[in-house]
Amino acid sequence: MDAGWEFILRALIMPLLVIIGVMSAVPIWIWLERRLSARIHQRLGPNRVGPAGLFQPLADAVKLLFKEDITPSHVDRLVYLLAPVVALIPALAAFAVIPFGRDLNVRQYLFGGPVVATIPAQVADANVGVLWILALSSLAVYGVVLAGWASNNKFSLLGGVRSAAQMISYELALGLSVVAIVLSNSVFASASGASTLSLRTAVASQQGLGLLSWNAWWHLPAFLVFVVCAIAETNRAPFDLPEAESELTGGFHTEYSSFRFAMFFMGEYAHMTTLSAVGVTLFLGGWLSPFAGIPLLGALNVSSVPVLGALMPLAWFGLKVFLCIAGFIWLRFTLPRMRWDQLMKLGWMVLLPVALAWVAVTGVYHGLAGLVGGPRGLVPSFDPVDIYRWLVLLTYLGVGLMLYFRKTGKLAPAAA
Amino acid sequence: MSEYAPLVMMLLIAGVFAGALPVVSALLGRSRPSERKLLPYECGIIPEQEAIGPVSVKFGVTAMLFLLFDVEVIFFYPWAAAFGQMGLFALLEMLLFMAILLVGYLYVWKRGAFEWEL
Repeated sequence: MDAGWEFILRALIMPLLVIIGVMSAVPIWIWLERRLSARIHQRLGPNRVGPAGLFQPLADAVKLLFKEDITPSHVDRLVYLLAPVVALIPALAAFAVIPFGRDLNVRQYLFGGPVVATIPAQVADANVGVLWILALSSLAVYGVVLAGWASNNKFSLLGGVRSAAQMISYELALGLSVVAIVLSNSVFASASGASTLSLRTAVASQQGLGLLSWNAWWHLPAFLVFVVCAIAETNRAPFDLPEAESELTGGFHTEYSSFRFAMFFMGEYAHMTTLSAVGVTLFLGGWLSPFAGIPLLGALNVSSVPVLGALMPLAWFGLKVFLCIAGFIWLRFTLPRMRWDQLMKLGWMVLLPVALAWVAVTGVYHGLAGLVGGPRGLVPSFDPVDIYRWLVLLTYLGVGLMLYFRKTGKLAPAAA
Repeated sequence: MSEYAPLVMMLLIAGVFAGALPVVSALLGRSRPSERKLLPYECGIIPEQEAIGPVSVKFGVTAMLFLLFDVEVIFFYPWAAAFGQMGLFALLEMLLFMAILLVGYLYVWKRGAFEWEL
């Protein structure tokens, strides 16, 4: 394939495909949210349009397109009109650096022959991957704040200001929780010669014993901080104070109607998709199969089968993101909304110190491991440096035993 | 440089897409504004004063703290990215930096910047 075609593929077709992919995921998440919430509330949910109500979000989108687009007389017109656009762009563009599968080698024939082209499963393997995500995730706050301010409405303004304070507070801890992963990746990269901030390195470093090699296990505190911050960053319950309908009507989107209103929701769901994909890539093994490399399950490994081998990573990635979104929805209908002062305290007084401490722990661990020689394998050794890994394993064992015996009632507290 | 071209294109395509949607909606939807319809929405009550008034100063404090701490967080990134090559020296440097950061953090905590009396 000559350079011109490759450039068109990388710079035009892939971005288009990825944006279409993210946008077509949005109606599915909306459908999932409405059906799952119905299950949790013991009602039916939308079930008339299409099989199991699957086309309901599309019907709603068409309806919203045909609705009247009201621009109230008291608003700051330009900012008011641009705010939904500003909210949607970063959520879509952030997906550019996420690798969502194995690179596809197009061969001359279906089952062999020389490789004629390589289709990358990522828009841009830029060496600033993590920074790109963080930068665009910070820009997402602008859409909400500008909407709140330009609406010139009490509810909108309160929602917008709250949202700004909440998003910047949780962004700190989000950024810090990723530092620990970047640090581990950098040690991995200096040993293997990969680029440090690329998200491909993050996936490559989680190869090994299937799901046991995922960063989520060895960076559990960072993972938990990341999850909480991701929920707060997307303004989802229990952190949905910017649009708390019981006190702020609609919050920042009170004055919006028609498709501009819908765009805030598309932005929210696209943002959820992107942050889930980031979480999957950094902590949950990316597009790797959870069984790859586990000795007894080796028969499930299809990476050498021509077509299936290219599609399975995509399927694993999709499944992981799907489960993350389902988790988002589950949380929304399980936990009550937090109070504002509790929200700010959680961000500044709990998540920030925990994330910072974890960066220090990871740094000390890798520093000491470097003294003894090289990064460790997955199985802890008997070096004094690996005390940390043994402690992590013992903690998991202890928690597992506690849960087990609590269920059977042998360790349950006497006075219930 | 060409590895960044897809990123720029991604932003452009997202921008075109997001910019076109409201235009389509404006073309398809009808428009019949009326005086009542264009009032600020306050659940049916006619607003008496400008909406944009004083906002609690705590939000300003939060914004300032964010600026301070976010710069610290950004400082961590080059350090973390170079850690694999620099090893122990980087670790000691950063622990020192973290200790200084911690002093500021504890000061802000003790001054009650994270308390919101509601």
